[in-house]
Amino acid sequence: MGAGHAHKLYRHGHSPVHGLPPHTKLAAVFAFVVVVVSTPREAMWAFGLYAVLLGAVACVAHVPAGFLLRRLLIEVPFVAFAVLMPFVAEGERVDVLGLSLSVNGLWGAWNVLAKGTLGVAASVLLAATTELRELLLGLQRLRLPPLLVQIASFMIRYGDVVTDEMRRMRIARESRGFEARGVRHWGVLAKSAGALFIRSYERGERVHLAMLSRGYAGSMPVIDEVTASRAQWSYALALPCAALLVCLLGWTL
Amino acid sequence: MHVPDGFINAPTSAVTGVIAAGAIAVSLRGARREQGGERTAPLAGLVAAFIFAVQMLNFPVAGGTSGHLLGGALAAILVGPYTGVLCVSVVLLMQGILFADGGLTALGVNITTMAIVTTVVAYALFRGLVKVLPRTRRSVTAAAFVAALVSVPAAALAFTLMYAIGGTTDVSIGKVATAMIGVHVLIGIGEAVITALTVGAVIAVRPDLVYGARGLTQKLKLRVNGELVDAPGAEPEPVPAASRTSHRKVWAAGLITSLLLAGFVSFYASANPDGLEKVATDHGIDKKAEEHAVADSPLADYGVEDVDDDRLSGGLAGVIGVGVTVVAGTGVFWAVRRRTDDTSPSDTTNATDATDAKDATATTSTTSTTGTTSTTGTSV
Repeated sequence: MGAGHAHKLYRHGHSPVHGLPPHTKLAAVFAFVVVVVSTPREAMWAFGLYAVLLGAVACVAHVPAGFLLRRLLIEVPFVAFAVLMPFVAEGERVDVLGLSLSVNGLWGAWNVLAKGTLGVAASVLLAATTELRELLLGLQRLRLPPLLVQIASFMIRYGDVVTDEMRRMRIARESRGFEARGVRHWGVLAKSAGALFIRSYERGERVHLAMLSRGYAGSMPVIDEVTASRAQWSYALALPCAALLVCLLGWTL
Repeated sequence: MHVPDGFINAPTSAVTGVIAAGAIAVSLRGARREQGGERTAPLAGLVAAFIFAVQMLNFPVAGGTSGHLLGGALAAILVGPYTGVLCVSVVLLMQGILFADGGLTALGVNITTMAIVTTVVAYALFRGLVKVLPRTRRSVTAAAFVAALVSVPAAALAFTLMYAIGGTTDVSIGKVATAMIGVHVLIGIGEAVITALTVGAVIAVRPDLVYGARGLTQKLKLRVNGELVDAPGAEPEPVPAASRTSHRKVWAAGLITSLLLAGFVSFYASANPDGLEKVATDHGIDKKAEEHAVADSPLADYGVEDVDDDRLSGGLAGVIGVGVTVVAGTGVFWAVRRRTDDTSPSDTTNATDATDAKDATATTSTTSTTGTTSTTGTSV
């Protein structure tokens, strides 16, 4: 239990970024990504500036570059897709190293790569500096429907429990000599998935009864109301505002 | 299939975001009905955790490759369509914020394709099949197979549509469609096999937990002095009158929408909207294609003969097409319903005669929470 409640993506710290209220950070990241997406793809230098901005935030938050770059690997499947684009897109073509590539496709690939990478990096920074519980409080503060936030919080809380149950089932299967090698073994795995569903659902029923016996009546009590001062909002919104400046420059230049 | 930022342009992302928000609002209300009031949060939360976990369960295919379950169809069948939409949406939201899997601005696109389209298509197909097929467990599994099989390419199709509207690169839609749907038909086969097996596994142990098979539980029968009588105190059947009116409403709304779409929106449809047709003309595949046998029918090529205005003719053809489809579909349903009505009484008595005691004990053990055990105790 000791370490189970902090997720692996979170880096504990006491930097100014860690200390900001969660909903300001969520709003800032979302605004930043929107600004990045609406930047014209021809303004290549703008994306460089965005990267510098994110780098500055990472520096303030004491998130090491290696950690950030390793987390960026989640993007790899779409990088593969982006690499294919210049070969299949239409329009006029140029010869690069003996390959005939579409100009439009090259632009498209650059567009997806740059914007996607910046978006992923922003999300990674958010997850690295905000605790799970804080994130949920922030979402609630941003007026997400309370029921949705409750479902999300149950998912986060019991995600590890259910995953562990799945791991125990796998160990039980393997200790009886089972090894899934191909399609013929899907039956066994699907039976495990079915058992996992029944266990999760029954756990949900038990959790509900336990909550009822502690006075649950459809909504969770808010114990620590998070509020943000004007200064905190302005700190958080410094990132998207700077990005907006770059974006406007990108449109005019 | 998680779409990153910058793949779909900003206006389309915004529109899909609004669609996703609306669908989630509807699902929040519907899920309360499905799960029963304040039980929604813990149950839906645990099911979301289950989907999250089961997406990590790898199913080896062959030669070292493996796939995993997407879970939209499975969630819809196991816990109902509204809760299913909610669970998958929450999983996508958390994946976007925590794991940076799928862009934040593309959240609307991701939720619309992977949570809404898969779940709704799968559940509609599943319900339709369960109604038509005989009322057995095997047909539930078969219906789950077909529903999951269709739901994945349907999501790919929805993505292609969004790409056609707001894609940032002009890769030809025909190519995107063939690539996406081709790949996702393969994924869909795996999804279908695993979903069907999983639903089969759950239905074998706790049939009462499978939302899609709720109507299939047989009534508990007791043998009193050698005669079979209905067990008292079973949960009451839902009032059919209310459901019938709502069906009628849904039916009318659907009819009006399709008429509107066919009659007016088709004015603005592209002249060559079909990716396959486009690819075929581009590559000259269709040179050999012969004219269809009904090419000179009055409705050939989506237009009405002797009506000169292109738009008017297309719209009229659409309206007539919808009308014919509705009449044919209603006819089929009517015939099927007549047949099941004719045969159902004798069928159920035969089934209960043959497996009376076994069924009674089986049902009691599975629904022991509803207090049916006490009734058997008193009658024996």
